[in-house]
Amino acid sequence: MCRRAHVLGLDQVVKLSSTMHAMKVVVCVKQIPDPADPGALDPETRTLKRDVKLILDESDSYGVEMALQLVEAAGEGEVTLVSMAPNNERSGLATALAMGAASATLVSDPALVGTDALTTAKILAATIKDQGADLVIAGSESSDGYTGTVPEQIAAVLDLPSVTAAKSVEVDGSNILVKRQTDAGYDSIICPMPAVISVTAGVVEPRYPSFKGIMAAKSKPVEEKLAADLGFEEDQVGWSGSGQEIVEVAEAPTREAGDIIEDDGEAHVKIVEFLESLKVI
Amino acid sequence: MTSYVPPLRNLRFVLDEMAGLPDILTTEMYNHVDTETVHMVLEEVGRFMAEVVAPTNVDGDQIGSNWSEGGVVTTPDSFKAAYSKIVESGYAAIPFDPDFGGGGFPWVTALAIQELLTSSDMAFSLCNLLTQGAIDAIIHHGEEEQKNTYLPKMLTGEWTGTMNLSEPQAGSDVGAVATKAEPVGDGSYRITGQKIWITFGEHDMADNIIHLVLARTPGAAPGTRGISMFLVPKFLVNSDGSLGDRNDVSCVSIEHKLGIHGSPTCVLAYGDNEGALGWLVGDEFTGMRNMFTMMNNARLSVGLQGVSVAERAYQLSLGYAQERLQGTAVGGEKGVQSPIIEHADVRRLLMTQRSWIDAMRYLIYINGGLLDLANAGVDAAQRESARERASLLIPLSKSLCTDVANETTSLGVQVFGGMGYVEETGAAQHMRDARIGAIYEGTNGIQAADLVGRKLPMRGGQVVEDLLSEFEDIADELREDDRLVRFGDNLVEACGAARTAGRWLLDNGSDLNAALAGSSPYLRLLGTVVCGGYSAKAALVAQGNLEGSEGEFYGARFVSARYFGEQILPQVVGLEKAVTAGSDQLFALSAKQLAI
Repeated sequence: MCRRAHVLGLDQVVKLSSTMHAMKVVVCVKQIPDPADPGALDPETRTLKRDVKLILDESDSYGVEMALQLVEAAGEGEVTLVSMAPNNERSGLATALAMGAASATLVSDPALVGTDALTTAKILAATIKDQGADLVIAGSESSDGYTGTVPEQIAAVLDLPSVTAAKSVEVDGSNILVKRQTDAGYDSIICPMPAVISVTAGVVEPRYPSFKGIMAAKSKPVEEKLAADLGFEEDQVGWSGSGQEIVEVAEAPTREAGDIIEDDGEAHVKIVEFLESLKVI
Repeated sequence: MTSYVPPLRNLRFVLDEMAGLPDILTTEMYNHVDTETVHMVLEEVGRFMAEVVAPTNVDGDQIGSNWSEGGVVTTPDSFKAAYSKIVESGYAAIPFDPDFGGGGFPWVTALAIQELLTSSDMAFSLCNLLTQGAIDAIIHHGEEEQKNTYLPKMLTGEWTGTMNLSEPQAGSDVGAVATKAEPVGDGSYRITGQKIWITFGEHDMADNIIHLVLARTPGAAPGTRGISMFLVPKFLVNSDGSLGDRNDVSCVSIEHKLGIHGSPTCVLAYGDNEGALGWLVGDEFTGMRNMFTMMNNARLSVGLQGVSVAERAYQLSLGYAQERLQGTAVGGEKGVQSPIIEHADVRRLLMTQRSWIDAMRYLIYINGGLLDLANAGVDAAQRESARERASLLIPLSKSLCTDVANETTSLGVQVFGGMGYVEETGAAQHMRDARIGAIYEGTNGIQAADLVGRKLPMRGGQVVEDLLSEFEDIADELREDDRLVRFGDNLVEACGAARTAGRWLLDNGSDLNAALAGSSPYLRLLGTVVCGGYSAKAALVAQGNLEGSEGEFYGARFVSARYFGEQILPQVVGLEKAVTAGSDQLFALSAKQLAI
């Protein structure tokens, strides 16, 4: 069972005197084909071809930035990265290291081709569990696969509380205070550390790697591991270990032509009617 | 207007396979850098420029920089935000001396960064470009104390720099400079006079501006021999490095220009009150000579601006041609409109841009690589041969690339048809921005005079001849591939035209008007031949990689080079006759008759 995070009423959010301590934050990052040049789907596996150059998933850059800010606010500590890839491509990790992360663990193994979300979570959890992390941060969902379940699955595997859709995170003693984005506004959540949180895009402004950061990243350690190093048998990972199957891939429907409202002096009424029909006002 | 996609794969190709970056990185000066690091840096810089700087381009044009009472110059807000991020990034310091906070990278890699910046926003990029020139001047000619006081903050970009040469009566004729520098007696000088065309001479993006000013000390000889260079900060710098009093320099006005609206072009008044405090950079009377040490880099950078703007304009027009539906292309389904990219003439507009941009990039980066080898080459012989070829290529890089950018950005407008003439599409901005390149940093006419008067006569014409012979050897290799025979034949013929024209200019050099009359067509001729020769080299590199995993990329370079060889290079044959026609017809009409 997960320890529970508590949803507080707004009036219950009290600023406790924060005692600073060194923060160790692990960030899960994924390297994906460049969305500007995404390549093609493999017709056999119905998954994205990954034999191209990979870059840091933009949605993970928010997690890296938030982690760096938390460590900076704490005054000491470090950010480390965990990632998984079927090949040993590192350029996405290099970007995150250049932003300021201290080191990375890359589970790189051809046997991992076809691994599903749950097994991914198990593998990442296995790399995280001995790191002594105060906090594990992941993007809400990757920009290539969009399963959007890995952060919660990692929390479940590690038996840690899970807070999703964090728009801000503040450390308060041994707890974190999280504002969690909802349709109506946000929940204020207090959660004991260690915990796993997922962040949505746009919550912080990811820094660009500086020249010094890029140069420093060259000598930062990237430890490569095989699935077997983490205790996984070959049939537990990849296609054979996958509990899911992609049965069909279909083209997204083409965009339909929009309605053009000519302004005959009454256009605003029609626009209001249209917005009301969408229930946005 | 539209997004900018950094041409990183092209830059990697040009640096690694055309401009000799791997060789440059084996020299003692640069062996602390490796190619992977260079490309890692370029990837991050490219992403930064595309996301942070490229969106400022429209603001720069439409809001522009504005002057207000009291000599205040206000840049668009997006400029200030992007500039502060550039300062944070430290990218501006990459090619400079590590002692002052630089990365010690070769200049050719700085060119790649400059291209990414300039394509993103040419007007904005000028602030860094001028600062780079001022840094270069202080590194080469400044006192230790000046270097320690000014360089660290200039390398980060916290302080920017300017170059002050022109005055109302002293434009292309710099020797006519009249600004005065009176010694105070403690090593400083009081500067009085007016300077014009000062790029980013006043702005609100940085805490301080370091002006380098050409002026005359009392009793100085007339002409360029009497000119000295002075460092005049906008705010005086205290001994602890903090900023002190405002110096007596103010911005009287800024120009309203055809393009690069974001870049404030200032009239600066020195010494309206007590005289602006300045300090000599280098020895007295060496100002003009010292200015020339930066000339090669500055001229190469302006040539690169041509390539950079051409690239942005090309990307914009290509995007439009892919989407705009008009008419049915040959072979298209009747009654169904085709994207205009399918029409042959639009293809020509696009291929001409594509092919020229590739060729110009080869020229610029090969020129930059040679400048690096001229400094860092393994022995004196390598350094000297790199130096003389780099000197030959400089006027070609500057003029040809800016002239051609005027043409290709205009082709970009043409792709849009009527919409290209409408400002909202953004195509016209690139054409207007590009126009200055042929004018500043020595007009293209002056570059042509430099080519014919100084560069062509080097070693009795042998420096040019060596290059032509190399191209003829490459032509032999082209002819071994059936697909490249026509290119090879054209290259041989073009080299012949260049040889005949060059020989005529050398033989008729005593008739100065005749030589100068032929100088601009000769520059176009030789520049096109050099671009053809380097495109031929690119075709040979690509030829061996057409079947590999990057066949698509190399295939594009291969075809682009062939297009140059078959469609553009033959134009030089007609130019030979213009070069050798002499000046008779230029001067046959009196000034009065010219009006008839």
